[in-house]
Amino acid sequence: MTLKETQKDIVEEFSVYEDWLDKYNYLIELGNELPLMDPAYKNNEYLISGCQSKVWLHAEMKEGKIEFQADSDAIIVKGIVALLVKVMSGRTPEEILGNDLFFIDEIGLRQNLSPTRSNGLLAMVKKMRLYAMAYQAKQQKSNGK
Amino acid sequence: MNKPELMGFDILKIRRDFPILGQQVYNKPLVYLDNGATTHKPRAVIDTMTELQEKHNSSIHRGIHYLSEQMTDRYEKARETVRRFINAASSNEIIFTSGATGSINGAAFSFGEKYVKAGDEVLVTEMEHHSNIVPWQMLCERKGAKLRVIPINDRGELILDSLEHMLNKRTRIVAMVHASNSLGTINPVKQVIRIAHERGIPVLIAGAQMVQHGEVDVRDLDCDFYAFSSHKIFGPTGSGVLYGKEALLEELPPFQGGGDMVENVTFERTTYNTLPFKFEAGTTNFIGAIGLASALDYLEQVGLEGIRQHEAELIRYARVKLGGIEGLQLLGDAPNRISVFSFVLEGIHPYDAGMILDKMGIAVRTGTHCTQPVMDHFGITGTIRASMVFYNTIAEVDALSDGINKAIQMLF
Repeated sequence: MTLKETQKDIVEEFSVYEDWLDKYNYLIELGNELPLMDPAYKNNEYLISGCQSKVWLHAEMKEGKIEFQADSDAIIVKGIVALLVKVMSGRTPEEILGNDLFFIDEIGLRQNLSPTRSNGLLAMVKKMRLYAMAYQAKQQKSNGK
Repeated sequence: MNKPELMGFDILKIRRDFPILGQQVYNKPLVYLDNGATTHKPRAVIDTMTELQEKHNSSIHRGIHYLSEQMTDRYEKARETVRRFINAASSNEIIFTSGATGSINGAAFSFGEKYVKAGDEVLVTEMEHHSNIVPWQMLCERKGAKLRVIPINDRGELILDSLEHMLNKRTRIVAMVHASNSLGTINPVKQVIRIAHERGIPVLIAGAQMVQHGEVDVRDLDCDFYAFSSHKIFGPTGSGVLYGKEALLEELPPFQGGGDMVENVTFERTTYNTLPFKFEAGTTNFIGAIGLASALDYLEQVGLEGIRQHEAELIRYARVKLGGIEGLQLLGDAPNRISVFSFVLEGIHPYDAGMILDKMGIAVRTGTHCTQPVMDHFGITGTIRASMVFYNTIAEVDALSDGINKAIQMLF
């Protein structure tokens, strides 16, 4: 599935929920299902902190694709983190940089990624893109040799 | 005991006075419990501000034409209203600022310029809002002075014994909050001021939360400075007050330079205007100041005694209701408190609970409330805070309680 298709799937899954509390219940479920992050990475080096909640993000390049691991201490944030990992993990840098995250808007969670919402999510998305850029640059450099 | 109703305190009428309260959020009635962050404005204040801008706007203190004379007059009347409200001795002691933060920064700067030298000490408390920590930190850094902190206990009360030990010959000023925005504690400011004054040390009181809830009499307190914000006392944003004892203010240099605070300007030497204008550089937020005065007038019209009694009822009720929720831990439980309740829910991140409450129409605040040292004291990352004022109701406390129970159900 492409990055776009994965997002469309998510939007469809969420479309059954009209009530906010139902959406949150689903996010809580997703958050609980998110594979545990390697405790070795749950430290200050990988911490993207917001004022309200903490987000940890680790990235690794494996066979041309970026594998993300992430976690948050707030469960609703963790649910959104789970979605972001689902969409972005196992993708090439080009896929990550070449696609926008429309699903956030479409499931109604734009407020969670606004700059005022200091829950670390916006910073996490930025960091994911930065990782993609860094890995892409590294790739291009080694290709150019 | 006089019931608020008997004193003319009509909660339904009061709520109608505040246009913003009647709305729905996410198709649910707004339950606004974030008054510690900012308060709503009564129609009287909104109308005053609109009227000023529609009909009377004009620069103050400078013009000779009709509009400017009128506006100057209203501005100075607003100053007198504030003077009366906090029982200051003279309107020379009332300086209009941009808010409590502006007031404290200004006082710290001016006081520091005159009185703080290398090796001196400034005393604050562990429960301070960042606005009453950072300006003093900055001052201490500039001057090579030392910032010292009066600790709190686990009930959220100041450890007064520490105060006595920490005051010494190098202490230049004590800066403390009247009522804590994160713990709800009302501090024994009169006692602290007396102790400090015995040693000739002045005291600045940060009163932004307190003015919302209780009577502030600066002469009775005998504080040297008192700072508060308009937007926390049902007035407009961008305005506030710094009260300072006249004799002290006379001694201090201004914290901002510019127009109106001067008497005579040449490139060689500039002399300053008299009080209070010395401390009001530029075109002040005169519309905001007059808006603030109209908020104070509104409060007096509602009746301060009725307000206090209603809030006392809210505190009593909320304490019982919140205390009855399993897994809810109140942060700070001083016997003398304002209607601010900070709490944590066992095993639940405050952010998650806050987000769920939000979708039920309940507006609370989550996080550190700009009091990170308080959070550090209790070893937590943040709390959920419900802060009530006189336009909140018992029914809203019930809604909060139900909302918390629902959030616990979803999250635990």
